[in-house]
Amino acid sequence: MQNSSRLALYHYWVAFAAFLPAMVLGAWQMLMRSPLPAPLDDSNAYYTSVTLHGTAMAYVVTTFFAMGFGYAVTATSLRRPVRGVTAAWIGFVICLIGTVMAAVIVLSGRATVLYTFYPPLLGSAWYYFGVLLLVGGSMIWVALMIYNMAAWKRDNPGQPVPLPMFAITATALLWAWAASGVILELLGVVLPRVLGLTTQIDAALGRTLFSVTLHAIVYFWLMPAYIAFYTLVPQAAGGRLYSDTMGRLTFIMFLVFSLPVGMHHLFADPEHGAGVKFLQSFLTFFVALPTLLTVFSICASLEIAGRARGGRGLLGWIAALPWKEPMVLAVALSLVMLGFGGFGGLINMSYAMNSMIHNTSWVTAHFHLIFGGAVVIMYFAIAYEMWPRITGKPLRSKALARWQLWLWFAGMMIATIPWHLTGLMGQPRRVAIFDYNDPFVARMGPLVIISVIGGMILLVSAILLIVILVRSQLGEKHLATPLRYALAVNPPRYVPASLNGFAMWNAILVVLMVVAYGYPIGQFFILKSSVSAYEVTRQSIGAGVR
Amino acid sequence: MAETDINPLRRPLPDGIIPEEAITRTENRWVAVMLGMLAVMMAIIVVTGATHALNPPSNVETIDPTTLHLGGEFVESNLGTAVEPDGSVTVRLIAEQYAFVPDCAKVPVDTPVKFRLTSTDVIHGFLLPATNVNTMVVPGFIAEVRTTFTRPGVYNMPCHEFCGDGHHGMWARVSVVPKEGFPQLTAIERTNCAKQ
Repeated sequence: MQNSSRLALYHYWVAFAAFLPAMVLGAWQMLMRSPLPAPLDDSNAYYTSVTLHGTAMAYVVTTFFAMGFGYAVTATSLRRPVRGVTAAWIGFVICLIGTVMAAVIVLSGRATVLYTFYPPLLGSAWYYFGVLLLVGGSMIWVALMIYNMAAWKRDNPGQPVPLPMFAITATALLWAWAASGVILELLGVVLPRVLGLTTQIDAALGRTLFSVTLHAIVYFWLMPAYIAFYTLVPQAAGGRLYSDTMGRLTFIMFLVFSLPVGMHHLFADPEHGAGVKFLQSFLTFFVALPTLLTVFSICASLEIAGRARGGRGLLGWIAALPWKEPMVLAVALSLVMLGFGGFGGLINMSYAMNSMIHNTSWVTAHFHLIFGGAVVIMYFAIAYEMWPRITGKPLRSKALARWQLWLWFAGMMIATIPWHLTGLMGQPRRVAIFDYNDPFVARMGPLVIISVIGGMILLVSAILLIVILVRSQLGEKHLATPLRYALAVNPPRYVPASLNGFAMWNAILVVLMVVAYGYPIGQFFILKSSVSAYEVTRQSIGAGVR
Repeated sequence: MAETDINPLRRPLPDGIIPEEAITRTENRWVAVMLGMLAVMMAIIVVTGATHALNPPSNVETIDPTTLHLGGEFVESNLGTAVEPDGSVTVRLIAEQYAFVPDCAKVPVDTPVKFRLTSTDVIHGFLLPATNVNTMVVPGFIAEVRTTFTRPGVYNMPCHEFCGDGHHGMWARVSVVPKEGFPQLTAIERTNCAKQ
């Protein structure tokens, strides 16, 4: 893995080092909001914890993991060193400084605004600067992915870019597009008020800009998992990828369709009309398509592997798969969680049905299943696949890794199924304390307790992950086989330019974004809906809110 | 050894074990089925949305939160349940850290109800569990949701968007009462959910 080994390893370790404390916070939050007693029973600490848990999981773990994965994929799929390693390290340091800054400020209680930081809630400027450094630093990674792909194409004219590299570049472009919303919100709406340059703040404009990020960021988190689906899973199962073209189309569709749809998060908002909401609800349906195609491609690829291993009959190939491989086990568990989570998502994105569950614990359940479940379990499997290649030391051990994956799956299901139900019963999310003496809330008590059990299992699984990675890294050097990506059944000899680059798709995206967001954002220049805002900090609570 | 070794190199499968045409044909079939499925789902949403008039709150109506108390629709004396000339009722509420004002609204059963809310400070949420009433309350805007309650009873009304450290204390109630008794209620009784 040449020069990218250390780079990838450092990124992965920052991601997992942020992951473990964020898991502890998550488990504690579950206890806090349950009828069970919680240590440090303090509602202010709860909201600080939610802010930290969200910021760590949504920005830190994912961004560092994707960056590390990107460098590893670049080196191994192009089979040559990553270009721009110095810039990559500079980006790493910038992201790390931003992370530490944001974490310290949140811990000090000066930015309890949750990771969505909806203004006019305001926190310390240093928190927003921290997030900006993290997001901005990752743009160096975006540039490096684009640069490495372009350089390879220049050196290999007419050759199809290897699918893993094509997909990670799509991921980088998606992240650049997605991040534009949050960057514009922070620079254009939040920071001018926090720094005292203005006295007013447009809360609705802030929400609208954030919605540009809010849905696409989930696909940024998802992409490494999908890259593993297409390029690592068939290889680990001993088969071939069913179709290279379908893989390319899938990643292109994620790039194009995950962006002009963010307003389905704003269905319940009064600042947008029915027309634009309906349009984006319609567009949202298309983003289900790449996932539905992926499920087919991956099952077909696994069937090829199962039959090559001697599986016979309609379903015999399933039993013949190498279930001892963490990657194979992980993909099965991931697809089950993706199924449940995706079903919930179809309700959320339905223009009218969303009203039943908007901002209830149903939504918490949905994104924990998709991101915390289907995606993160693939992060684990990727780590197990890559650790031996990066460190040159074998995984200790695959059996322990399988235990960790099963525990994660069980914990996530036990935690999120009750949340779906309490959401339907009308339990709001992001609430520190419930009055379980109230008959309305009391009915949810047993379900909430079950979900806490799931949370504790998840915490055990997270600790086990770190144990496995540390144990492996402390082990003895061992000659590892190089990382190989699955080849398609019919490897592409030539692909059209549209499936070998992103210029045309970026142009289409510009048009779609103008159609989808031009009016919703433009209207705020006419509406004049700014309101006065004030800083919400710990001190102001003690001293009376205003 | 077998347990710690990673992916021992197996004999790779040969190229083209499934012909390209067969793969393309199968994939096209799958794409058609999936597009059909999505089209049916979309059609259901369009048809139910249009025939049941199921629209999320989408009245784009601005208001200046700094002058709410001075006059106009959200002046204190105008909050709570009001009966319209056509017999329907309108409930006006203000959401602020950390309460709804008033914290109770009585409405008659089987009557069209229009909720109009706005915020004086940060973003709040308005949710009546087990109904289709669900909206964000964004400062600078009036959120309007319509519904008709078919069953009498007390509905809890939590704020569902994080609005600061007192968020968990922000619960109010909507009390749906029989149609007959409603007109006789005084203004004070209409904003009091305590049991008599």
